[in-house]
Amino acid sequence: MVFIGVRAAPMVALTAFSVGVTLAMQAAHSLKDLGAEMYVPDLVMVTLLREMGPVLIAVIVIGRSGSAVAAELGTMKVSEEIEALEVMAINPVQYLVVPRFLAMLVMLPALTIIGSYVGVFGGWAVCRFALDFNTAGYVLRALQSADTWDLYSGMIKSAVFAWIVITIACNAGLHVEGGAEGVGQATTAAVVQALLAMLVTNAVLTGIFFFSA
Amino acid sequence: MNSNGEPIIEVVDLVRKFGDRAVLKDISFNVHRGETLVIMGGSGCGKSTLLRHMIGSMKPTSGSVRIFGEEVTAMNEREIERVRRRFGMLFQSGALLASLTVGENVALPLLQHTDKFADEIEQIVKQKLKMVGLTGFEDLKPAEISGGMKKRVGLARALALDPELLFSDEPTSGLDPIMTAVVDQLTLKLTHGSHMTAVVVSHDMTSAFRIGTRMIMLGHGSIVAQGTPDEIRNSPNPEVQQFIHGEADGPIPLNLSQDEHEHHQYVKPRPFAFARYRFHHKTP
Repeated sequence: MVFIGVRAAPMVALTAFSVGVTLAMQAAHSLKDLGAEMYVPDLVMVTLLREMGPVLIAVIVIGRSGSAVAAELGTMKVSEEIEALEVMAINPVQYLVVPRFLAMLVMLPALTIIGSYVGVFGGWAVCRFALDFNTAGYVLRALQSADTWDLYSGMIKSAVFAWIVITIACNAGLHVEGGAEGVGQATTAAVVQALLAMLVTNAVLTGIFFFSA
Repeated sequence: MNSNGEPIIEVVDLVRKFGDRAVLKDISFNVHRGETLVIMGGSGCGKSTLLRHMIGSMKPTSGSVRIFGEEVTAMNEREIERVRRRFGMLFQSGALLASLTVGENVALPLLQHTDKFADEIEQIVKQKLKMVGLTGFEDLKPAEISGGMKKRVGLARALALDPELLFSDEPTSGLDPIMTAVVDQLTLKLTHGSHMTAVVVSHDMTSAFRIGTRMIMLGHGSIVAQGTPDEIRNSPNPEVQQFIHGEADGPIPLNLSQDEHEHHQYVKPRPFAFARYRFHHKTP
């Protein structure tokens, strides 16, 4: 839990901040032509909550924790540790997978919340120092534009992503065969599969939310 | 020894095939309470496969394995777990959990399967580690101790629940002669004193003759010879004589182990193997 959640926080924050800044600058650039610069906070806020936040944080967590979980379980499989657990009448799924599953299910949404708000802070930095916004104006606009459903839909997404990522990672790790080489392959496979599955699911979920809203 | 009463382990006509190839052919034997059965044989002769069938982690193609009078081959996971709580297993590499300390590894079965309090568990862990000569190593991680030590910790863990039956896969390989004697004496003490039953897979002939009350020699997937240590020592079978004296020349074909090994597991095709071979072994 500490590994998946707490130690990933600085990296998540930095990424989210850069994305927030970039988003605000891009938005400002495009919206300026329409004379609609006042909508920059809306765009940053909603994009981060609904799309960029969950997806980006999931990408980071896949790269960091998904690969680590797959490699760790894979190494345990290769060094007979999983078999030893079974022979000691300890169910490896219960003992190894369940805690990781719960950690991921709690931590990915938590990181997503942190990431989204740091991103909004990045947007604020651009608006405050490069555009004609004052802090209160930015916060007000941002809060007005987002409703709770934006937050919830982002949270639903990141919970679903957590489930996908940890399932794929654990599955890959527990099915490793053939020594260190197998561990490497399983780790790569876990990251690639998790990324693809996460992005496709994101498209599907966005579709569902878009058409049902 | 007291070979009367119900056998602890009963293996009948065990056959295991990987594809078309039979790795175990019609293996049958019994182990009684208090006995120490030593299984010997060349690498890849099916010793480990046999052991895996006895602990229920592999299912036979046909035949039966009964442990404590219960058929393990037909059991589901939950039933096997119940049987597994009654025996301990020492893996060849020790198979310690790398993320836990030595002490936590030994405590693991106690934490999972008993309701003992923390200080009681700590006492048992200390006592078990003392038995294998590792007092004071509780707080080290497995990565910080040597291979032989890992194996002894594995033994302490296997004995944590005071099992009625102990399986060991090469308990003494990688140990120095003195430690080998210590581990052997421990096995003897437990089998004689506490009536524990032991099944030991071993290459180490000195140790095998020291602890074994009965021995089985496997070759080509079937039992080549079985009997008491004396019977094995005086066996007229030239394969047995070659094996226990460790001679290079004899009836056991040298390609045996490699041959068997290739059928044991799927070998990944290596596209550049030949080129690599050529590169490293330049022919003049």
